[in-house]
Amino acid sequence: MTAVQSADSLVPLAVLLPFVGALLIPLFRRRPNLREGVTLLTATALCLAVFGLLGPVLGGARPETQLVAVAPGLLLAFKVEPLGMLFALVASSLWIVNSIYSIGYMRANNEPRQTGFYVCFAVALGSTMGIAFAKNLFTLFLFYELLTLSTYPLVAHKRDAAAIRGGRIYLLLLLGSSLALFLPAILATWVLAGTLDFTPGGILAGKAGAPVIGMLLALYVFGIGKAALMPLHFWLPAAMVAPTPVSALLHAVAVVKAGVFCVLKIAVLIFGVETLSDLGQSAWLSAVAGVTVLGASIIALRQDNLKRRLAYSTVSQLSYIVLGVAILAPISIIGAAMHLVAHAVGKITLFFAAGSIYTASHLTEVSQLDGIGRRMPWTMGAFTIGALGMIGLPPTAGFLGKWFMLTGAIATAHWLAVAIIVFSTLLNAAYFLPIVYRAFFRESAAGEHGGEAPWPIVVALTLTGAATVAMFFLPGLPHALARLTIGM
Amino acid sequence: MTTVLPHLPALQVVIPLLGAVLCALLRRPAPAFGLALAVSWLMPVIAAALLWQVIQGGPISYHMGGWAPPWGIEYRVDLLNGFVLLLVAAVGAAIMPFAWHSVGFEIDEGRRAWFYCMYLLCLAGLLGIAITGDAFNAFVFLEISSLSSYVLIALGRDRRALLASFQYLVMGTIGATFYVIGVGFLYLLTGSLNMVDIAQRLGPAWAEHPRAIVAALAFVSAGVGLKLALFPLHVWLPNAYAHAPSWVTVFLSATATKVAIYLLIRFYFSIFGVAIAFDTLPIAQIVIALSIAAMVIASLIAVFESDVKRMLAYSSVAQIGYITLGIGLANQAGLTGGLVHVFNHAVMKAALFLAIGAVFYRAGTVNLAELSGIGRKMPVTLAVFTIAGFGLVGTPGTAGFISKWYLALGALDQGWWVLVLVIVGSSLIAMVYVGRVLEIAWLREPTPAIARASDPPLPMLLPILLLGAATIYFGIDTQWSAGIAEASAQALLGGLR
Repeated sequence: MTAVQSADSLVPLAVLLPFVGALLIPLFRRRPNLREGVTLLTATALCLAVFGLLGPVLGGARPETQLVAVAPGLLLAFKVEPLGMLFALVASSLWIVNSIYSIGYMRANNEPRQTGFYVCFAVALGSTMGIAFAKNLFTLFLFYELLTLSTYPLVAHKRDAAAIRGGRIYLLLLLGSSLALFLPAILATWVLAGTLDFTPGGILAGKAGAPVIGMLLALYVFGIGKAALMPLHFWLPAAMVAPTPVSALLHAVAVVKAGVFCVLKIAVLIFGVETLSDLGQSAWLSAVAGVTVLGASIIALRQDNLKRRLAYSTVSQLSYIVLGVAILAPISIIGAAMHLVAHAVGKITLFFAAGSIYTASHLTEVSQLDGIGRRMPWTMGAFTIGALGMIGLPPTAGFLGKWFMLTGAIATAHWLAVAIIVFSTLLNAAYFLPIVYRAFFRESAAGEHGGEAPWPIVVALTLTGAATVAMFFLPGLPHALARLTIGM
Repeated sequence: MTTVLPHLPALQVVIPLLGAVLCALLRRPAPAFGLALAVSWLMPVIAAALLWQVIQGGPISYHMGGWAPPWGIEYRVDLLNGFVLLLVAAVGAAIMPFAWHSVGFEIDEGRRAWFYCMYLLCLAGLLGIAITGDAFNAFVFLEISSLSSYVLIALGRDRRALLASFQYLVMGTIGATFYVIGVGFLYLLTGSLNMVDIAQRLGPAWAEHPRAIVAALAFVSAGVGLKLALFPLHVWLPNAYAHAPSWVTVFLSATATKVAIYLLIRFYFSIFGVAIAFDTLPIAQIVIALSIAAMVIASLIAVFESDVKRMLAYSSVAQIGYITLGIGLANQAGLTGGLVHVFNHAVMKAALFLAIGAVFYRAGTVNLAELSGIGRKMPVTLAVFTIAGFGLVGTPGTAGFISKWYLALGALDQGWWVLVLVIVGSSLIAMVYVGRVLEIAWLREPTPAIARASDPPLPMLLPILLLGAATIYFGIDTQWSAGIAEASAQALLGGLR
């Protein structure tokens, strides 16, 4: 078997592995240690499989495989291109860290229904891999919906009235927007282009005029509710009722990144950057993204609940990526791809810290955090690094993405975008730095009691915190994949 | 074999008919069930053999009693009704094992043998409608299936079943009468009752008596429309489905309306033809308007139903709207979507009604408010309900998505993008009524009333699992569903457009 063939067969393996894990986990429901062992083993195997694909992809190969033709034009097929590779790398490696964290969190908080929790998690990761490696819009859509359905029970995990309500908003908004807007957009694409395959340069060039392309783009960006563009962002704060590991991996990484990943991929590989800029579709998309960036930041300022503040920060940060796409300069798209990774690592750190605080001292509000940094130095140290990443300060990965986007915006004279990025950076600082200040420089009102959370939690957040810094100094891999995305 | 094979078309109907008589003579539940099971399992074998012959060698024409058409009764099997025959027979076979416990629970012992007798009679009638090539013979089978289904519905547990059955009897009789009046007009115009023969003579007759043909078309449409529960002629259906014994609801929802839809398609496309029904007369506009009303209004009513069986019944009216929408579109993609939804909806709705039948068997209620937490008590049953429910919504990976994809393509082919909005809008409403059940079933705490419920015994569970698996299978491999539907649609539209 040649290297290319073995890479081809790795693709379906990578998508299937988490589903196999999901089937195995319930077998060990009476033996929690073995059960979590299965999760860790699956996550590690998945990560290895994804890394196995990295070499061929960097070498210029595009491993692909077709499973079944559902109907004319509807093919269940996978193809690994650089952007998907990047997304899969981030999601699969963070799954390992998040699993370690979950073990600490779920046990320390005595959460019920842990077997179902780990099963849904595995299915969600399998769906994420399906989205990352989808060769066409149909496959993408299939796994997109599966991701929504598999994360719904996780959002409603607590089963109390608030959780059920949060789950309802989550399901109705994500499933509803995808059925009402995303699906018609796919249909229209099929009718216009006669294909649904992701193709470098896009498939819609010359197929329709500016109004139709504009409508279609709108259907896509709003139909992909997971990208959380305003006004379809409500589901994300509502999803914060979930246990923190869910918020951390799914609602800071897998689900929301799947959303912006879809937007990025559709803009580059369905519309094509040139088609979009020729037809002048950048202005309104920048405006929507800009409103979301600023609007969500302003709302975040006013949130006292830590997880909700983080959620609004996510809404805002996601729209940076959409903004990076809307600028339509190659370098800004590289920036968008870089930011996708940087935000993932940084935001998961922040959520890990929030969960760590909750586990150790059951605090959920920002105003309760006076002096917590002295009791939980590791947690708040990692939180600080994550916060710096969100603001976009060196030496964190967050700086790189913003730098590239800013360069792209200046190069193409998108002064509005420049203004949005600069102003929102100030806002980011305004809602993150006070938390850091409180934690380290204010006297604790409750006195000195309690310490760090259980060790798996601390290990996990230290790892991701370190990764945020490491990526600043070693950005080679994401940068290389991001450059390949736009064909450089 | 060589002596049996040519007579398969007759055997397809005669065996259940004789089985019904035998059941009546047996009188005891166990042998009657055994006989019904044997007949039910034999039917798809015959239907598959017929369909295979059609695929290999084209349409089969069987002359009843050796009398040549148009004088004698002809049984005619082509791709379309071969598909319908196999659907009815296969669903009957798949759900039959479920009947033993369910019927045992819901129907008095003295009536169970009669129940199986009526079921076989109904099966014979439905298969007969699908197989016959004679318009009047179709009326006879329509009456056989209808009369037996009135009895089946009336066997429901409480007295409301009697009212529902009577309501259906009145409406069904009006429908059958309208149908036979329409056939009478056609006989006067063409001097024939053979469908192929009528179709050939209708062209010349159109030149002389267009208004009589319009009247015939109107009577047939209204008559068959009643039987297939075309909005607003659906009012009998929710009560009938809600109060009939659980198993009867499964059987009727998956087969009876589907056979009536077949008959309508046969009349529109094979007898009147696209040129008269769609190019000259505004059938398309009328059917599409009614379909939209069904898809939106019936779905909305379903959202507010508290009885899960009634909710699913209104959902059926809406889903039938999808099918008739495909008929109204009358283009390749649209008609394919309609036909494949005949199949897909039968599979999905059978899965849903089976699951809710199992819930009734274990929990003794189908009232949504009393079913909190039932998912934790009956996880397998509710898992299938969930899958089939998302099939109704039309999420990708389920059979329902395939139907909607073709229908939406058909709408776009006509340039009616507003119809796409109606299709997705109806899906969104389905998401609400399905989601409502799922939320209560999975996320709420179990109530004491259902504390002792658990997944049903294996003979009930296997059909549920089979149809649940089929919901996913036919969402991924569509060679036998959409493939045959596409070929049938092509034949129905053949050359006329």
